[in-house]
Amino acid sequence: MKFDNIIIGGGLSGLTCGIKLAEQGRKCAIVSSGQSAIHFFSGSFDLLSKVDGQEVKNPFEGMKSLASNHPYQCVGLDNIKRLADEAPKLLDRAGLTFSGQADQNHFVLTPMGVMKPTWLTIDDFTRFEQNDAFPWKKAVILNFSGFLDFHTLFVQDGLKKFKVDTQIKNFAMKEFDAIRRNPSEMRSTNIAKVFDQGEDALNEFAQKVNELSEGFEVVILPAVFGLFNKNVAAELKAKVNKPVVLLPALPPSTPGIRSQILLRKRFEELGGTYFLGDNVETGTIENNKLLAIHTNNHGDIKLEADQFVLASGSFYSKGIVATREKLYEPILGLDIDGDVDSKKWLDEKFFNDQPYMHYGVKTDSKFRALINGKPIENLYVAGSVLGGANALKEGSGAGISLLTSLHVAEELLK
Amino acid sequence: MKKEILEPFNISDNNFEQCVKCTICTVYCPVLEVNPDYPGPKQSGPDGERLRLKDPNFFDESLKLCLNCKRCEIACPHGVKIGDIIQMARIKHSKKKPIVRDMILANTDIVGTMASTFAPIVNPIVALKPVRRIMDGVLKIDHNRIFPKYAGMRFETWYRKYAEKKQSDFKKHLSYFHGCYVNYNFPQLGKDLIKIMNAAGYGVHLLEKEKCCGVALISNGLIKQATKQAKHNVEAFKKSIVDKKMPVISTSSTCIFTIRDEYPHLLGVKNEEIRDESELATRFLFRLIDSGKLKLVFKDSYKKRIAYHTPCHMEKLGWSIYSTTLLKMIPGVDFMALESRCCGIAGTYGFKKENYETSQGVGKPLFDQIDNSDADFVSTDCETCKWQVEMSTTKKVEHPISILAEALDVEATMKLWQDK
Repeated sequence: MKFDNIIIGGGLSGLTCGIKLAEQGRKCAIVSSGQSAIHFFSGSFDLLSKVDGQEVKNPFEGMKSLASNHPYQCVGLDNIKRLADEAPKLLDRAGLTFSGQADQNHFVLTPMGVMKPTWLTIDDFTRFEQNDAFPWKKAVILNFSGFLDFHTLFVQDGLKKFKVDTQIKNFAMKEFDAIRRNPSEMRSTNIAKVFDQGEDALNEFAQKVNELSEGFEVVILPAVFGLFNKNVAAELKAKVNKPVVLLPALPPSTPGIRSQILLRKRFEELGGTYFLGDNVETGTIENNKLLAIHTNNHGDIKLEADQFVLASGSFYSKGIVATREKLYEPILGLDIDGDVDSKKWLDEKFFNDQPYMHYGVKTDSKFRALINGKPIENLYVAGSVLGGANALKEGSGAGISLLTSLHVAEELLK
Repeated sequence: MKKEILEPFNISDNNFEQCVKCTICTVYCPVLEVNPDYPGPKQSGPDGERLRLKDPNFFDESLKLCLNCKRCEIACPHGVKIGDIIQMARIKHSKKKPIVRDMILANTDIVGTMASTFAPIVNPIVALKPVRRIMDGVLKIDHNRIFPKYAGMRFETWYRKYAEKKQSDFKKHLSYFHGCYVNYNFPQLGKDLIKIMNAAGYGVHLLEKEKCCGVALISNGLIKQATKQAKHNVEAFKKSIVDKKMPVISTSSTCIFTIRDEYPHLLGVKNEEIRDESELATRFLFRLIDSGKLKLVFKDSYKKRIAYHTPCHMEKLGWSIYSTTLLKMIPGVDFMALESRCCGIAGTYGFKKENYETSQGVGKPLFDQIDNSDADFVSTDCETCKWQVEMSTTKKVEHPISILAEALDVEATMKLWQDK
């Protein structure tokens, strides 16, 4: 089976890269071993939130002090600026509306009740320009009875710091009686499916919200609106007679799954082929060129392409693997940027910057993967499988995924 | 550096320990969406497995509501065999004995033999409303269901009478696992397959004696019989694949999925020697075309708008691309892909009175897509999906092989390799 480009990995990075290539007319395939981390999406993409533990106001300024092997430095800060402008437009073409500026972080209220700096926020959620104030003084925090994935007390505690007078109210609706019977299935996506299915449930719900929020200035709710039907969150906001602030619930994330579905749909509408639930087992490399990959489902029918992109994720997605003794890249045995000595992988202090978080697949300056120090001419690497950053400490995970993918796509299009 | 293979320690066969509780599988479970009595794949699968290991009494009979569509496995980011865990739990722990109705539905070949023998009598009778009411009341087979028609002449009989002799004229040979549906209900599909394979230069042979793949026996809890038939089939496949070097192809995505994956996973019947060369006809054709060994020539006169439905087991196999690529090769085909969703029938599941509502609820989004499309007809690789779509929508369903057979210019195709 022959394609122009094949991308290994169907998460944020693989899909971004695939969409950009397909938009330029490339015949692309994505192989994804299962559903991706977009299912855990908080609703915001971070570009750079912290450097050396200090909050960053302007990510572009903050990037200047990043190490030279950081993916942003490798892409080049001028390129980053340009691509950071392009990323939200690409998302927008997929039907995902984000707002935010790359040269100035805004803030979102987390479900822990903390204001967190970020770059792009999807339109379900509320953007705040300050991290030391909340625009309303009296807030009602509403939750569905029996829904354990939204922790109202944390939100209440957090809002106290902003001197907000809050009240928590739980309420039940007959539509949820059935799913409540099984506590393990009273999850955000199952609530969302009820609202997806018809306007009656949403009307009843909005009416209830209006009653319960009388005397308050703002309503705070878990983000459980619009799984397969993308308009539900906006419809709800129109029906409630006060501002509505949605907060992320524990995964699986409703806006996240909607984002995954829309990105995949965009890719497929552009002619892309998305293989879900298949594993790339190995590849054929000759003369420093990857000729084909072999997958579990396709067996002896190999998938061939002129260029390949590895966007297989980090440890969690098994893009790189650590056993007790060694670190390795499981598909092709690519060179890894990481300590050989396993004693150096961990810092005893859990909250310190953990060395292993910086590990990833090694590349040359063009983001091509290496074997024994030699570049594979047509195999590019993008997203969190790249080393050089602690995305958790920096708040840079989504930025690295989006921008290295766009950069690598440009390399492929040269 | 040499390629390493990930070998986790102490992982059980169905790897339930690798579940990280992310709950993604439950998002894609078609049953949970319409029937909250089902505990969902995570609870029924890896979560429940922990409890059942401690005490089998934790087994919950509601696991029978699982369709075995395997969409949970496709979604799982960690490769947990959730569907297998659920099916194994049913096999190991279910105390419910199959009822008469289950025996009738599961024994597709015994029932098929009887029904096709008396087809002219059976077909009109089982289609009668009062009869369907009785079957509903007595047997608990939902009265909305209409049994697929039985053919007067079985495919095997037709083959021996009219096709067998000619097959030795070809240089290359393969075996065809026709399955119960082609044999008893729809011999035309088998005839279409022979037409295409002959045009491609292959003689088509039947296995020495094929038995029903057993998928319906497994889902109705008749495991002993399913295992016996599985062992029989593996031996029959071996005679073709190992002894005669003839690959085995099938036109049913569920039969082939059962033989390749459910035999070893659920029945413990080893099939390594035959697995790689047991496949779908469309995959076999795709490989030949993709590697430049075959070219199909199509008639210009064939013009249709076709909507393709991906059956669940096709989705799990990852093979719909073979069928859809072949359909797109026909110049006069205006192709559209339907969103991949379960149709709700799941073999015998949807025929049962107690499942009827769930079955139709699961299928509804697919039915709406089909009815709102401007396609001339639907195409799919699964016979039970075909029944369900035809029973629940206004459109007819054709197998990709039948479409290819109708559009194929046999002489022009044969000329290409005969001239060489």
